Amino acid sequence: MTDTSPGTDKIKAILSSVSDPEIPVLSVFDLGIIRDIKMDENDHITVVITPTYSGCPAMNMIEVNIRAALQEAGFDNVNVETILNPPWTTDWMTEEGKRKLKDYGIAPPQGSVDKSELFGEDKVVPCPHCDSNSTEMISQFGSTACKSMYKCLDCLEPFDYFKCH
Amino acid sequence: MANPASLVKYVLYLGDNNLILSQRLGEWCGHGPVLEQDIAMTNIALDLLGQSRMYCQYAAELSGSNKTEDDIAFLRKEQEYNNLLLVEQPNGDWGQTLVRQFLFDSWHYYLLHALVDSKDQNLSDIAQKSIKEVTYHLKYSSEWMIRLGDGTDESHKRMQNALNELWRFSEEPLIMADYEKDLVESGIAVDISTIRESVQKKRQDIIREATLSIPEDEFMQTGGKEGKHTEHMGYILTEMQYMQRVYPGQEW
Ligand SMILES: [Zn+2]
Repeated sequence: MTDTSPGTDKIKAILSSVSDPEIPVLSVFDLGIIRDIKMDENDHITVVITPTYSGCPAMNMIEVNIRAALQEAGFDNVNVETILNPPWTTDWMTEEGKRKLKDYGIAPPQGSVDKSELFGEDKVVPCPHCDSNSTEMISQFGSTACKSMYKCLDCLEPFDYFKCH
Repeated sequence: MANPASLVKYVLYLGDNNLILSQRLGEWCGHGPVLEQDIAMTNIALDLLGQSRMYCQYAAELSGSNKTEDDIAFLRKEQEYNNLLLVEQPNGDWGQTLVRQFLFDSWHYYLLHALVDSKDQNLSDIAQKSIKEVTYHLKYSSEWMIRLGDGTDESHKRMQNALNELWRFSEEPLIMADYEKDLVESGIAVDISTIRESVQKKRQDIIREATLSIPEDEFMQTGGKEGKHTEHMGYILTEMQYMQRVYPGQEW
């Protein structure tokens, strides 16, 4: 993010209450989808966001929720802009966000993104319930675009993995 | 300078492939062989639909009128869709769906890698955004090619039948339409000759590993990129456009 003026600090505080509707423990900052916040002298605010996945159905709702949160705080002149480049990556997820994911029962992304690996070895994904490294992937596609399905071979619990992207 | 009409056609070509394939994959929703694969189909469909939206938004912008992405997606006539014949082919059985997906992904993946270098910033941005998603698609369809091709006698037979049925649509993405040729000169469209070998090698390698064989001397079908479609296209559009035709302008 580029602007760190006091005006936008207030906006950031308001936006930290806006969460991902599909994973409500994560705020838009934890996810790393807020790319910029601009405010001009007339309190006209521009919030720049980037989608996680191209088809993420939560993006429209996040945009609506951003407007609503700012409007409730008295900012009526809000513009939400979407940019594609640079494309979002799980590397932008905050450490706090990863901790919240694990507490919520979703294994956070492991390591950083391996860009061109097509047929590489699957990563070791520790079980979010018992921390065992003995887990296996059931399906690379899960209940939302950002997750894969795993199961733990020790505690036998199935779990979601927020995959590296 | 490239003809502006060529750019619109190219953007529609890229967007329509994703839109129509997404519609086809969506037909599996609730009908997948097991829950995980049902979910996989709708995940891939959603990725493709999201990518298609970006192209349709860009096409709407280029059209210069007050058209929206929805007008582009839902209110054109059959001859105005530029998608490949491959993507409109019916799902058939699970094997046929996966063979179609593999033939598409094995081109789509390399196309996007090259499209990143397009002189058109919007197309480059969309390509960069899509690549990671399409990498998953190619990995998924390749694994299923191998699992079922090199599987039981029955699964092998079905995969070979599907390949025999669909192979005649495999060459169309590698033959440039006039609007592509026009845009190659200005560095906007991907010059297919730069990715042809990678696409063919990926297809040959996976098909070999799947113990399947490529049909020989097949007559290659073309036309979709210029709006000349197979008989399946009308049925897809009838279903896809129904709501917007019957209740114009309706929203969720
Ligand atoms: Zn466990």
